[in-house]
Amino acid sequence: MTKLDSKIPQGPLAEKWTHYKEHARLVNPANRKKLDIIVVGTGIAGSSAAATLGEMGYNVKVFCYQDMPRRAHSVAAQGGINAAKNYKNDGDSVFRLFYDMIKGGDYRSREANVYRAAEVSNASIDQLVAQGVPFAREYGGTLANRSFGGVQVSRTFYAQGQTGQQVLLGCYSGLCRQVDLGTVTMYPRRDVLDIVVIDGKARGVVARNLVTGVIERHAAHAVVLATGGYGTIYYLSTLAVNSNATAAWAAYKRGAFFGNPSFVQIHPTSLPVLNEYQSKLTLMSESLRNDGRIWVPKDKEDKRHPNHIPEEDRDYYLERRYPAYGNLVPRDVGSRAAKERCDAGYGVGPTGLSVYLDFKDAIQKQGKKAIAAKYGNLFELYHRVTGSDPYEEPMRIYPAGHYTMGGLWVDYGLMTTINGLFAIGESNFSDHGANRLGASSLMQCAGDGYFILPYTLSDYLAAEIRTPHIATDDKAFEEAEKNVTGRIDKLMKVNGRKTALSFHKRLGNIMWNHCGMARNEEGLKKAYDMVEELEKEFWKDVRIPGTPNELNQELEKAIRIADFFGLAKLMITDALDRKESCGAHFREESQTGSGEAQRIDSTYSYVAAWEYTDEAGTPVLHKEPLVFENVELKERSYK
Amino acid sequence: MIKQSSLTKKFIMAFAGIFLVLFLLVHLGINLFILPITVNHQEIFGQAVQFMTSNPLVKVIEIVLFLTFLIHMVYGIILQIQNWIARPKRYRREGWSQTSFFSKFMIHTGIIILIFLVIHFINFYFVKLGWTAPPTGQAPVLGDHDFYHMAVNLFSNTTYAVIYIVLLILLGFHLSHAFQSAFQSLGLNHSKYTPIIRWLGYAYSVIVPLGFICIPLYFLIF
Amino acid sequence: MKLRLKIWRQPNATEKGKFATYDMDNVSPEMSFLEMLDSLNGTLVEKGEMPVAFEHDCREGICGSCGLYINGHPHGPQKLATTCHLYMRVFRDGQTIVVEPWRARPFPVIRDLIVDRTSLEKILVAGGYISVDTGQAAESNTTKIQKENADESYDSAVCIGCGACVAACKNASAMLFVSAKVSQFALLPQGKVEAKRRVQRMVARMDELGFGNCTNSYACEAECPKGIKITNIARMNREFWKAKVCGQKTV
Repeated sequence: MTKLDSKIPQGPLAEKWTHYKEHARLVNPANRKKLDIIVVGTGIAGSSAAATLGEMGYNVKVFCYQDMPRRAHSVAAQGGINAAKNYKNDGDSVFRLFYDMIKGGDYRSREANVYRAAEVSNASIDQLVAQGVPFAREYGGTLANRSFGGVQVSRTFYAQGQTGQQVLLGCYSGLCRQVDLGTVTMYPRRDVLDIVVIDGKARGVVARNLVTGVIERHAAHAVVLATGGYGTIYYLSTLAVNSNATAAWAAYKRGAFFGNPSFVQIHPTSLPVLNEYQSKLTLMSESLRNDGRIWVPKDKEDKRHPNHIPEEDRDYYLERRYPAYGNLVPRDVGSRAAKERCDAGYGVGPTGLSVYLDFKDAIQKQGKKAIAAKYGNLFELYHRVTGSDPYEEPMRIYPAGHYTMGGLWVDYGLMTTINGLFAIGESNFSDHGANRLGASSLMQCAGDGYFILPYTLSDYLAAEIRTPHIATDDKAFEEAEKNVTGRIDKLMKVNGRKTALSFHKRLGNIMWNHCGMARNEEGLKKAYDMVEELEKEFWKDVRIPGTPNELNQELEKAIRIADFFGLAKLMITDALDRKESCGAHFREESQTGSGEAQRIDSTYSYVAAWEYTDEAGTPVLHKEPLVFENVELKERSYK
Repeated sequence: MIKQSSLTKKFIMAFAGIFLVLFLLVHLGINLFILPITVNHQEIFGQAVQFMTSNPLVKVIEIVLFLTFLIHMVYGIILQIQNWIARPKRYRREGWSQTSFFSKFMIHTGIIILIFLVIHFINFYFVKLGWTAPPTGQAPVLGDHDFYHMAVNLFSNTTYAVIYIVLLILLGFHLSHAFQSAFQSLGLNHSKYTPIIRWLGYAYSVIVPLGFICIPLYFLIF
Repeated sequence: MKLRLKIWRQPNATEKGKFATYDMDNVSPEMSFLEMLDSLNGTLVEKGEMPVAFEHDCREGICGSCGLYINGHPHGPQKLATTCHLYMRVFRDGQTIVVEPWRARPFPVIRDLIVDRTSLEKILVAGGYISVDTGQAAESNTTKIQKENADESYDSAVCIGCGACVAACKNASAMLFVSAKVSQFALLPQGKVEAKRRVQRMVARMDELGFGNCTNSYACEAECPKGIKITNIARMNREFWKAKVCGQKTV
């Protein structure tokens, strides 16, 4: 059994990262050219890492399944990116940001990593601004900030409602520059299907060219996964439809431990499910909660049009339950509160699965113009999708699967339990504990890619300078390729009757109902069996037309879904193991009298890192104990 | 020329176009004196013709003008061919997008204007050079420089007058896109001034052809 | 709703393509256009036929993957919307809908409705960036940027790289795309340092890739799902001028 070593540097919290950087091993510029690095995924983390590594002089190969890196789903982040600049002079600091993240994550994240994420946040903003990211500004020409859920300062930098797009395009422009300079080679339209491990070290990937279907081998001295989250396991989520867990899952099967797989953030303000055909839940930015008020009717039977329901008959349940934070409670709290109301029968809309987000007061106070300036594009979007005008009547929203705090377990250097295999951004588990605060995802991704990985990866590669270019005819490559082609052949041979998509929908349904916003032992156990059964049916009845040697989108889907079954079971296993409630993980058995999440620190103050055994066997749990030296564990209260 | 940057080509098109636009104004200014707008209009017209055909500076400008026409034409054709090549397979249901409508037909209106130009040359310029015979009709033409009577003869011919009117309407279409397009190509687009330029362009593309059209209309009616 | 779809089918880049007709009986007006295609594909797969290949990813109008030429409009008849945000309620019962891929020489068809748009990236690689090494940036607020300029820069920067401008342009010109990037940087002090080199290189690459010339028809602006303005094109023209006339050397 591998012992988990998080390799946290010694010394006081605030000095750990400095200490690490000062003592990390370096690679001489002349040697960097000789070292190859593969980066999988081109979101903010992947692009920024690849660009920076290329700039340092390494040979970088970048893989993504889209036609261009710019399409990675970081592009869809709306609200903003946090940094501890304290431009608003409202008492912000690195420590405050760190503290908010630790508390927001419900004390299930690693202090040292979170502190470092907060520490490098300011440099990320400077970097992005220098790259020409047009963040919002004040009339005086300085950068503007806004506040976000779960904190009491304004530290969020934003570019209207498309901050993720702007930040990603900033990172992508850096990547383009490196492609221009010849240090980075792009491999778009590739699905990375396996990780190649030689003598215990990650040495390459096996990828499928999505246009030709050719299975390709790519070798490197180190592999970086920046593959994002696996929220599409719910089928309907705020993620891109093609987002997947395949590369991360392959890493898990090759020996990388999976950390806290059941920690999934359900975002409170998404468009509700409108009909059975829906393929996607579009997020309505959390920033809307700055001015919008969330309510349901006080009376279950109140079927009046929302505009005709007078103030006294409305229940602003967030303001009622959490007077201190009101509508700006953290996401997990907001989502659960909505679910609680809907489960109790107060939900609105044809399905009863939505609540109102009302701008009436804000429009009255600030005027339609001011509201349009802030949220105009979101209002238009809502109008277009639903056909209802939010200036005239309240929006209807409901929580949706959004972000996976869980991911590949990494040490302080962002390396997984496979040597030379790194995981950054959402694909690792490291910075958000059991719940992520708004606008800290972009912050983590940019920090990981620009300022953390380049140091830690160099530290690893310093020992590799004598290793020549890795040959792709190694046995391990052969074995990995066989594994991939074998799996594809098996899928093609099923030749059943049902589409891959139909299985995905059913899987999503099971996961949403039993391993979503609230979980209980009975439901989880039932879900496990259901997933297992569905998986069996999938392997008997899925239908993939065409051949694997061409552009075949059905095959792509089937490969991704096949991996989701295993991951779903792992999520359920993890959720079953953690009998406490913490952050987004809400075990119904563990709640306070008022229905809040009840942590059990004495038993569950650990990171669950799961080790793969074999296809049929149960995974082995390794516990990384969480030690808090700088914050006091408290009940997380937003009242 | 083909290898030049697409933007350079557009600048040249725009510059040439603006020069031609200015030329048209001068041309119209003189032509209007064919009409009895003053008592001695015929005399003024004659003097203007005399000036335009003998002044050495005008001779130089004349060469520039011919070159401008040539450049505008050649570049227009090169750009168009490149544009056709850029979309080898066309749409089945072609462009329903809202566009500057006449921009779609610049090559067509341009070619028709070119044909007209050739006729125009045969009727006037080549006569001056002595290459072709002056147009005949009711009015006797007094020498190679008697453009007044040549014009009167032509415009009194109904067929010619109608063709002339139609062609000038097409010229108006060409100009209605060309005017503001030239400014855009030169990078002169400004939230305050572009609306004025557009308005000017439309006004120009209506008023100038209308001015030219007045002349044959006069002869058709009276 | 009942609909008749005429969809371009082409198995790969080398084989010839043709239109195939599909009749759909049960289309809900609440479906998005892509969900309607999902539903068509479900039927095709169950019959063992190859589904219609089309690109899509985020399905919330921001990634720029989707892009179908629908009844004479890139992204369909809805203004300021990508194909994924086009809802069937804008069509009439019984209507015939023609669905084609983007058509342009630099966008060869890969399969059915999927085209290769990487030429857009090639233009960005030729200069669509500000050269700043990681960690070399100064404290952000030391450079003040006029709010109007920052806002305008943002308006140019929201381009999603879908290529609708190229698809809409009768000349398959990429001017709107290129000028949006040039403008974004030209409006910011950070971008001024390399402005001359940037505009010349990007324009040269654009020409080299075989995009058409701009004839100021403005179909690009009319069809851009993100509302990118043709003032960007004028600005790029100005920048190009400046670079050619004032630049010490031609790039």
